[in-house]
Amino acid sequence: MDSLWPHLEKLLPRVQKPARYIGCEDGAVHPVPEPGQVSWLLVYPDTYEIGLPNQGLQILYEILNENPQAVAERSYAPWTDLDALMRSEGIPLFSVDTHRSAGSFDVVAFNLSAELTYTNLLNCIDLAGIPVRTEHRDGSHPLVLAGGHCTYNPEPLADFLDAVVLGDGEEVVTEITAVIADWRQSDPTGGSRHEVLRALAKVPGVYVPSMYHVAYDGPHLRSVTPRFADIPERVEKRTIADLADWPYPRRQLVPVTEVVHDRLNVEVFRGCTRGCRFCQAGMITRPVRERPADQVRQMIADGLRRTGYDEVALTSLSSADYSGIGEVVSDTVRSSSAGRPVSVALPSLRVDAFTVGVAAEIGRARRTGLTFAPEAGTWRMRQVINKLISDDDLYGAVESAYSQGWRRMKLYFLTGLPTETDEDTLGIAELARQCVALGRKHTKSASVTVSVGGFVPKPFTPFQWFGQNTVAELSRKIGLLKDDLRRSSGVQLKWHDPKATLVEGIVSRGDRRLGVVIEDVWRHGGLFQEWSEHFELGRWMDAMERHGLSPDWYVHRHRTEDEVLPWDHLSAGLHKDFLWQDWRDSLESVGLEDCRWTPCYDCGACTGYGIEHIVASAVPPAGGSQGTGQGIVTAPSPVAVPAAVPVVLGGSGR
Amino acid sequence: MIRLRFRYTKLGKIRFIGHRDLARVWERALRRSELPVASTEGFSPRPKVHFGLALSTGFESLGEYLDVDLTEDADEASIASGPDLAAQVTPLLPEGMDVQMVQHIDRGQSLQAAVAVCSWRIEVGGVSPTVLADRVGTLMSAEVVEMVRTRKERTTEQDIRPSLQLLEVDGPVERVTWDEGSLLFAELRTAPPGLKVAELLELIAPEAVESRVCRTHQWIEGDGARQEPLSLATHPPYAGMRAS
Ligand code: SF4
Repeated sequence: MDSLWPHLEKLLPRVQKPARYIGCEDGAVHPVPEPGQVSWLLVYPDTYEIGLPNQGLQILYEILNENPQAVAERSYAPWTDLDALMRSEGIPLFSVDTHRSAGSFDVVAFNLSAELTYTNLLNCIDLAGIPVRTEHRDGSHPLVLAGGHCTYNPEPLADFLDAVVLGDGEEVVTEITAVIADWRQSDPTGGSRHEVLRALAKVPGVYVPSMYHVAYDGPHLRSVTPRFADIPERVEKRTIADLADWPYPRRQLVPVTEVVHDRLNVEVFRGCTRGCRFCQAGMITRPVRERPADQVRQMIADGLRRTGYDEVALTSLSSADYSGIGEVVSDTVRSSSAGRPVSVALPSLRVDAFTVGVAAEIGRARRTGLTFAPEAGTWRMRQVINKLISDDDLYGAVESAYSQGWRRMKLYFLTGLPTETDEDTLGIAELARQCVALGRKHTKSASVTVSVGGFVPKPFTPFQWFGQNTVAELSRKIGLLKDDLRRSSGVQLKWHDPKATLVEGIVSRGDRRLGVVIEDVWRHGGLFQEWSEHFELGRWMDAMERHGLSPDWYVHRHRTEDEVLPWDHLSAGLHKDFLWQDWRDSLESVGLEDCRWTPCYDCGACTGYGIEHIVASAVPPAGGSQGTGQGIVTAPSPVAVPAAVPVVLGGSGR
Repeated sequence: MIRLRFRYTKLGKIRFIGHRDLARVWERALRRSELPVASTEGFSPRPKVHFGLALSTGFESLGEYLDVDLTEDADEASIASGPDLAAQVTPLLPEGMDVQMVQHIDRGQSLQAAVAVCSWRIEVGGVSPTVLADRVGTLMSAEVVEMVRTRKERTTEQDIRPSLQLLEVDGPVERVTWDEGSLLFAELRTAPPGLKVAELLELIAPEAVESRVCRTHQWIEGDGARQEPLSLATHPPYAGMRAS
């Protein structure tokens, strides 16, 4: 349990941003594990600045440290400069709390929020002195776990992860701790990992990849089946029924160096049933569970007092949907009692005038920029993806923002969506120009930044069967926009690298055969792949080729209804036939209303687990069409498209 | 208007935060202290604080300073007195940053301009005391020490000897990460040409495997005497230094 600090502090003067590695946050604990306690190292496989604010990790850090059976510390991926020094000096991955080595923990648990961090995960395991492949580990090594949104398809990482947690972690970490504590007690030498893994596989929500057998039919997956009779055929996600029972983090970590989202964050609800068809987060976190308004107020008041922050973000997938958001926001803004103004951030604004009203309340002082995500440029396209914002709503929101003093707007879009035509793509440019024109009525300096990302179909969404656009096709579409916007003053275009989109596509719907590819890319030096200065498509393509795998097959091919998907043995509660129906509906531009305020569609997320929405308001918030069913087609359109017949799925460049 | 001068340490792990981070740490701590700190005007008001001479990231210190302006209507009587205020603010700062003293001061010269000399305690890893003492002797006995410096793309030679007020090697020092090392005390003048600690070490210990630098004092000169911006009643030498 020795601290590595004396060795580390010698290296820190030689690296960029040494404060990444010192810990020292307000709220951090420095536990000394007692015999019988299970020690967890929670790792975010990206830089400290990105990982520290992660709320999931902070919540588990507190819950574990409150558990008398457990202690928890944290670690983040060292940047390449320190990584090189650590390797040459023989210093392993360390915790930032007490600076002990990762290998001395019982559990090393990763938060997986982005596919492009997978090579960092392997690097962290290796830097911890743990064999990267599960089959090479023995009882002396920590158990390697993962949780987070990406674990809904953990198959590409199946070779490296001992166990994977699906869904909310609040309850299951305690159950996992108990299983590991029992194992340590009965087998202090830690000889047999098989027993503990088998016991873990029986904990609801825990998936142990090595307990499952995978069979293929040529390139196709035939089945993923349990190796033993006592292992569940399908692993169901965990869902906490009521957020009110979990007022965490109680002591949000306040870093001593700058990080992203450096402010107080209070989660106002979990889950979202807007039903956007591209959005994995919305699908896998159902149903909606609101935190009681009084608890939100209390967490804001306590948090601001404790941390000294002057900004609080009300977080969720769409915070303007929170019942009574207006009151909570104005109370917070006015609660600047100690003579200090408090500002409120609402990440992920809904696009309508009501939202702008709320934003105006917030942004009295900081009226610099406003971000909206219409996601698609035409109403037709937005019906396909079920992002049901009418043009009127959108322009209403934009007009009201400019008239209230905003000068800049950022608009997020996806391209490469199912059925997308060039008209839809160019609709993005048209929409941006319209926004600038509206803005110019109020301010000469009105401008719009358009940010375009290539669409990556994700598991457990209605688009999981869709063949992603090729790099060439995405580049062509971005080119169309570039040409079209060349002479449009006031519009700035930004886009994500389609090459990175391709790699995300490979990994997000990949199967176990991709393990060797990820390992290969990592061994060839592919670290921090989500950082453009480190990303190199060639490494991935070479690795795919070396292992005889086709990117086309994994990414660009449309999947059929009867195809076995690599995540079919896992469950986010959603019925596969619900998703399939929603996919067919999308191709016919049939919209689906928000089930928070309309009858249930039986998608499975509540019905399967005996839980339900917890929403204070019985009616949708005023002032917006989204989710209210206004103007949407809810029955199949008269021009019926025969099911299972190829529909124009977008992508003329293929 | 009331101005408060804080004297504080920066020791241990926290020495690796840079100046911007330090400013933010203080900003949050002052907000939590609920002192009536004056703010700047404008869209995003910041507290009116004035930092002293910058300290390089990674260097420790036993005497850093911060001046804080309070609002016009702040009531002198309601502000805690020195030791109480120090005890009140220290828990709001990260470990390694301890407020040692606070005083109400007159507004005068800026801290940065006032400080003429800094004292440094430097552990030089990988260089023996005899070797180091030898080099220090040569340097101090020279009348002129030319140093090549680049400023705004122009290279000039400067005599930095006037900035070297004192250099003293004080025996060996041990650490787990090196075999032998020396303890060096230095007093460097801040006025041009000035000499940075890193430059000094480059001159006399370029082969050092690690150097641990701690600013022990900052001095203001006047009437042939020198004093600290806030002097502590007693000087427990390095007693405040925490094992890191
Ligand atoms: S089960 Fe029904 S109410 Fe629950 S999320 Fe699904 S459709 Fe909505």
